[in-house]
Amino acid sequence: MASVSMTVNGKQVSATVDPRTLLAQFLREHLHLTGTHVGCDTSQCGACVVHVNGRAVKSCTTLAVSCDGASVTTIEGIGTADNLHPMQTAFRENHGLQCGFCTPGMIMSAIDIVNRKGNKLDEHTIREELEGNICRCTGYHNIVKAVAQGAAAMK
Amino acid sequence: MSAKTGVGAPVLRKEDFRFITGKGQYTDDINRQDQAHAYFLRSPHAHATIKKLDISAAKSAQGVLGVLTGDDLAADKIGGLICGWMIHNKDGSPMKAGAHPALAQGKVRYVGDHVAVVIADTYAQAKDAAEKIVVDYQVLPAVVDMNKAKSSAAIHDVAPDNVVYDWHLGDKAATDAAFSKAKHVTKIDLVNNRLIPNAMEPRAAIGDFDAGTGVYTLYTTSQNPHVARLVLSAFVGIAPEHKLRVIAPDVGGGFGSKIFIYAEETVCVWASKKIGRPVKWTADRTEAFLSDAHGRDHISHAELALDDKGKILGLRVQTKANLGAYLSTFSSCVPTYLYAPLLSGQYDIPAIYAEVEGIYTTTAPVDAYRGAGRPEATFLIERIIEKAARETGTDPATFRRKNFIKSFPHQTPVIMAYDTGNYTASLDLALEMADYKNFAKRKKDSAKNGKLRGIGFSAYIEACGIAPSAAVGSLGAGVGLWESAEIRVNPVGTVEVLTGSHSHGQGHETTFAQLVADRLGIDIDSVAVVHGDTDKVQFGMGTYGSRSGAVGMSAIVKAVDKVIAKGKKVAAYALEAAEKDIQFKDGRFSVAGTDKSLAFGEVALQAYIAHKFNGQDLEPGLKEGAFYDPTNFTFPSGVHICEVEIDPDTGTTDIVKWTAVDDFGNVINPMIVEGQVHGGIAQGVGQALLEGAHYNADGQLVTASYMDYTMPRADDLPSFDIGMTNTPCTTNPLGIKGCGEAGAIAAPPAVINAITDAVGHEDVPMPATPYAVWQACQKGARKLAAE
Repeated sequence: MASVSMTVNGKQVSATVDPRTLLAQFLREHLHLTGTHVGCDTSQCGACVVHVNGRAVKSCTTLAVSCDGASVTTIEGIGTADNLHPMQTAFRENHGLQCGFCTPGMIMSAIDIVNRKGNKLDEHTIREELEGNICRCTGYHNIVKAVAQGAAAMK
Repeated sequence: MSAKTGVGAPVLRKEDFRFITGKGQYTDDINRQDQAHAYFLRSPHAHATIKKLDISAAKSAQGVLGVLTGDDLAADKIGGLICGWMIHNKDGSPMKAGAHPALAQGKVRYVGDHVAVVIADTYAQAKDAAEKIVVDYQVLPAVVDMNKAKSSAAIHDVAPDNVVYDWHLGDKAATDAAFSKAKHVTKIDLVNNRLIPNAMEPRAAIGDFDAGTGVYTLYTTSQNPHVARLVLSAFVGIAPEHKLRVIAPDVGGGFGSKIFIYAEETVCVWASKKIGRPVKWTADRTEAFLSDAHGRDHISHAELALDDKGKILGLRVQTKANLGAYLSTFSSCVPTYLYAPLLSGQYDIPAIYAEVEGIYTTTAPVDAYRGAGRPEATFLIERIIEKAARETGTDPATFRRKNFIKSFPHQTPVIMAYDTGNYTASLDLALEMADYKNFAKRKKDSAKNGKLRGIGFSAYIEACGIAPSAAVGSLGAGVGLWESAEIRVNPVGTVEVLTGSHSHGQGHETTFAQLVADRLGIDIDSVAVVHGDTDKVQFGMGTYGSRSGAVGMSAIVKAVDKVIAKGKKVAAYALEAAEKDIQFKDGRFSVAGTDKSLAFGEVALQAYIAHKFNGQDLEPGLKEGAFYDPTNFTFPSGVHICEVEIDPDTGTTDIVKWTAVDDFGNVINPMIVEGQVHGGIAQGVGQALLEGAHYNADGQLVTASYMDYTMPRADDLPSFDIGMTNTPCTTNPLGIKGCGEAGAIAAPPAVINAITDAVGHEDVPMPATPYAVWQACQKGARKLAAE
């Protein structure tokens, strides 16, 4: 067993875990933060994207122990019920989700795109940058619109 | 009732808040106290007998609570998984359905088949222990190629030639006669590629047996929890229905693959009693690739007979359909009754004859995947129509227009009676939106840049709103396909809508609430939709075949009408008027010709306090249920136009414009309907350009992860131009036709027709990878050079 400590959504957490525990498992099973989803376990689909020290990371292939001392933000940590993150609002307003399973990872990736590329994103850039997130429901049409609106609103 | 939330308004979704905040409750998000975890040992061979299975070392491994095999299932008299649709051969004999045990009993029949289950305190312990199971396999030849299946090793003893059925539909003599009069016959050979549905949420299950009450609860990723309960009770024999509760909570996409009753869910619920603890299983993605039911996989030859004016005289089709190693829940009807009756497309075809052989192979079972039979029919008819137009030197839009059905109702020669439609209107709008008249100029401009530009049409039809129970019963279905609804009005006037439909992305919590709020004249936030729990909803047939609007919502309005009728009786007492004088409009019950009225909520309260009427004359309360059985299928239709630009040096295809014009009849929420179209097109483009399940000669699935199976990603797709026409359905009370599968049905032939147009060569396979398109460019080069 290995001990691990990190800050998750602003709260300090510590646990003793099997060393092979993945960050996604740690969040879902130890902290019960089930908004982070596992869609493929090979870093392909992006349903598991969280932010580690401010950067988008696929938590299904990240060992929890490798995040010792890190600051982790999940979908549960970006907004409150009364004050949603602009990217959350944009996904709803643009019908950027259907079954909702890929949505947390999409939103976390979208915020990361804005952090890296700025607030003014054209369709081509958004589509290229969403390469690491798979959605099976929406055909991406409305996700692209949502990311553009959310990016502008993050100014 | 606000116009902003009424029927026809693009109301934002009520369910979104929990999904955008990470508060959705999918099956894997649920944990039961003291739950154990299951890991399935799967066959590494496509076809083998199990000579010896030694589980002793695994049973004593750390954390292991039990190791169960097919012998344990047999000892407990647990039945096999069933196929619920009987197909008869040409000679009238029944199809050959081999046994399908949830855990192998002496033989494995595809890579991923279930050999044993290990249940342990943790998933990692179960997985580790499975490595200690020793299986002595005698490997048998794999059966992968449908064309060689008849002379290959028998997969099931009941079907020595690996043929499940040899079925046909239509009038052979009339069709042969039509061909004998033909001035031109267009022929085509097509492969409809095998797909893997890939809902983003992998399948998952928790079985939870309550020893105190003797009740089993199964939490599962299902599109139809009542059907799951019915099958697990009546056929598999887990427990009678009143002792088995099935809950399908938030479900992360289905596309057909979560209709079926699978081995893993069955084993989890059965094992929870044997182990004495809740048993949880969640598929990893490779397990999903290996064991979710796959889709499509047809090989077809078709011929179209034309007269000297380019009018269609007849169509004949021969199809081999891969059904995989076992018959999945509805597999047998997909390449038969969901396929051949759609072969008339949008066209007036006097004679059609189709023959279908269903074939066993040592591959994963094949069943309904978005569209289910209808994409296969549409691909065939729209490819051969396009080819016929080219061979006769006719503009493809003109050729279609000439052969469209123009008067309704229309009886096709293959069962279906189309109630309504206006195919010319959709074509005209699509041509305008696609700027078809300037296509030749765009093609020239592309050529200047060394690119090949092509345009492809798809005029599709589908049969949705599945389906009239008596009709499908006469065709072999084991169930009726009605839907149920219940409207529970609370004393304060808020409403719960209980529906047998299930939402796994379709937005029922919004659209169903929109409909009920609109009808009752109450606020949309006063309406809650309840689904997905057999303890709450009495019965339902679930969501597939674009049926939740046409069938599910029709049941809801039937129940709403009963609520209003009962409300009028209550209002008559409360307002001291005759029942015949009570009118209901805009949420108020009023006495005709007076200013006396009560709001809906006030009448609800009167119904429950029952002070104004005698309980012997009128029952207290306000709650009504309804079952709705459709009288016909619905027939959504439309025209999609795909425009591509191809780089002949690399074979790369770029979709530069997509136009979709659909006739879904009346629409409740256009935002949600357009979203369904977008997603369907993406899956259809995926089939045409990217996706393909590939088994090698040994029966190994070599496309079993997202690194090997190409899913459509954001940069593979364009934005879509969506238009709509409307001829309301005449056979249901809402005039709804259904929209869930249209894009996936329409898109593949539109893409391939565009590519074949661009390269000047008809033989382009799906998926049309850059290599395949490059090869087609080489073959088509002479024609292009001559242009």
